Amino acid sequence: MIPSTATFLIWRGDAQGGAFQEYRIGISEGMVVLDAVHRIQAEQDNTLAVRWNCKAGKCGSCAAEVNGRPRLMCMTRLGDLALDRPVTLEPMRTFPLLRDLVTDVSWNFRTKLAIQPLRTRPADAPDGTWRMMQRDVDRPQEFRKCIECFLCQDVCHVLRDHRLFDRYIGPRLLVYTAQLEMNPIDAADRLGDLKDLHGIGYCNITKCCTTVCPEEIKITDNAIIPLKERLVDAFYDPLTRLARALGLRG
Amino acid sequence: MSAAAISRSQVGVDGVRLGLTRRRDPWWVQPGAVFVGLAAFVVYVTWAGLQGRYYRFGPYLSPFYSPELWGSPEAWFGAAPPWWYPQWLRFSPAVFILWIPAGFRLTCYYNRGAYYKAFWADPPNCAVGEPRKSYWGENYFPLLLQNIHRYFMYLAVLLVLVLLDDVWHALWFTNAAGHLRFGIGVGTLVITLDVALVAAYTFGCHSLRHVCGGRLDCLAGRPVRAALYDCTSGLNRRHMAWFWVSLAWVGFSDLYVRLCAMGVWTDWRIL
Ligand code: SF4
Ligand code: SF4
Ligand code: FES
Ligand code: FES
Repeated sequence: MIPSTATFLIWRGDAQGGAFQEYRIGISEGMVVLDAVHRIQAEQDNTLAVRWNCKAGKCGSCAAEVNGRPRLMCMTRLGDLALDRPVTLEPMRTFPLLRDLVTDVSWNFRTKLAIQPLRTRPADAPDGTWRMMQRDVDRPQEFRKCIECFLCQDVCHVLRDHRLFDRYIGPRLLVYTAQLEMNPIDAADRLGDLKDLHGIGYCNITKCCTTVCPEEIKITDNAIIPLKERLVDAFYDPLTRLARALGLRG
Repeated sequence: MSAAAISRSQVGVDGVRLGLTRRRDPWWVQPGAVFVGLAAFVVYVTWAGLQGRYYRFGPYLSPFYSPELWGSPEAWFGAAPPWWYPQWLRFSPAVFILWIPAGFRLTCYYNRGAYYKAFWADPPNCAVGEPRKSYWGENYFPLLLQNIHRYFMYLAVLLVLVLLDDVWHALWFTNAAGHLRFGIGVGTLVITLDVALVAAYTFGCHSLRHVCGGRLDCLAGRPVRAALYDCTSGLNRRHMAWFWVSLAWVGFSDLYVRLCAMGVWTDWRIL
């Protein structure tokens, strides 16, 4: 059973500054944080800004920080939070604040453009189509689940604390690169870019991105580390390079 | 990258400082436990590895000392230390071996992430502010050297074979008449469990996973590679758990042999 009321401390303000404001509302079983925000908008303060779309954990719009943890507001049940103290709600800290709970995540889309797109190998069949087996598609398909909520970018300390936006593309875009790189019909080589332009070496595999991903993509284990290993093949491992020079390995 | 960087001043909420977070859970417990666990193990392994004695008992050999290259009459190359063994260092057969598992675990992807948090606070935990402004990641020397992990992996796989051989030896006890007789003692079980756990940890290594099949985009039509890849991937899913249980058990195995050899513990025969 959850209590009949709950208190929320919500960040109000913009890039110039702001403060937490307290709201107390009636709640009921089954409500999620986004419901509470909507109730505050409807009953107490219709100037409160929040971005949302699907209320089903699929559009990635409602990313914010609930009690200091990056979460989707629509997928966080009030019943799972400790309601004896005020629940804090604040915008993602990593991105520029537009207003209240809404941040400007456009950096991610701009940066994505710098990743080499899919370049297909010659078609397998005369009709211009390819043949691929499901087991080979499984790997990229895990990464296709991404809803671009950017919670992983928000929590990644390379962006959040160190602000290396001009040197590092962050976990979401490494997942995207892995999706292209492991695609069985892709013929492009992104390893040089990953190393020099996209800064994969800045990831120190501390796995916070994996912890927050609402789609439960194993970002570090299945995308970033396999890419790091491919980079070792291409640039650091002298034996693989020797084998390649001798034509023993493709 | 053309996309303009985002400066700190564009972010509305109160920036980033050491330990700054609005997390409510005891976020320091996890890195704290890693710190205590790893530090305790390093202290024990250094101490035990430099003892140079009490590492054999009956048919058992402590995993810290396996394979024994020089040291006792049973060693691969005899009892006398090699001429190049440094004078200033107390003689211990573990010195020839321990650098392999140490290097393997030090460069392990899971462990790297764990000790960067616990020992270097980079970050202290997820969404908790950091103490330092500058950050190089694994991009530059010395952390660039972490990329040699796969070489340690090859050696660690060989060590698993050696540990299997130790299990075989731990099945043969010398009786009063001086004959080798099959038997099983508690120590045999300790050593057998040790190799099982170390193997589960080693064979779930990310680098091994890459070598087995991760480096290829297509595994369909390559049944052997696909099977190997699926095996390593299965173990890899619990790599952190295997890391910790194998670490604890390898330490306990050394302790078991050591205390038996010192006469503190009695090794019970089961068969
Ligand atoms: S594992 Fe790498 S990408 Fe993920 S949060 Fe940590 S540093 Fe960032
Ligand atoms: S990888 Fe996960 S956390 Fe990151 S943007 Fe995609 S869905 Fe969100
Ligand atoms: S509103 Fe779509 S993910 Fe929350
Ligand atoms: S990644 Fe942990 S042992 Fe290789």
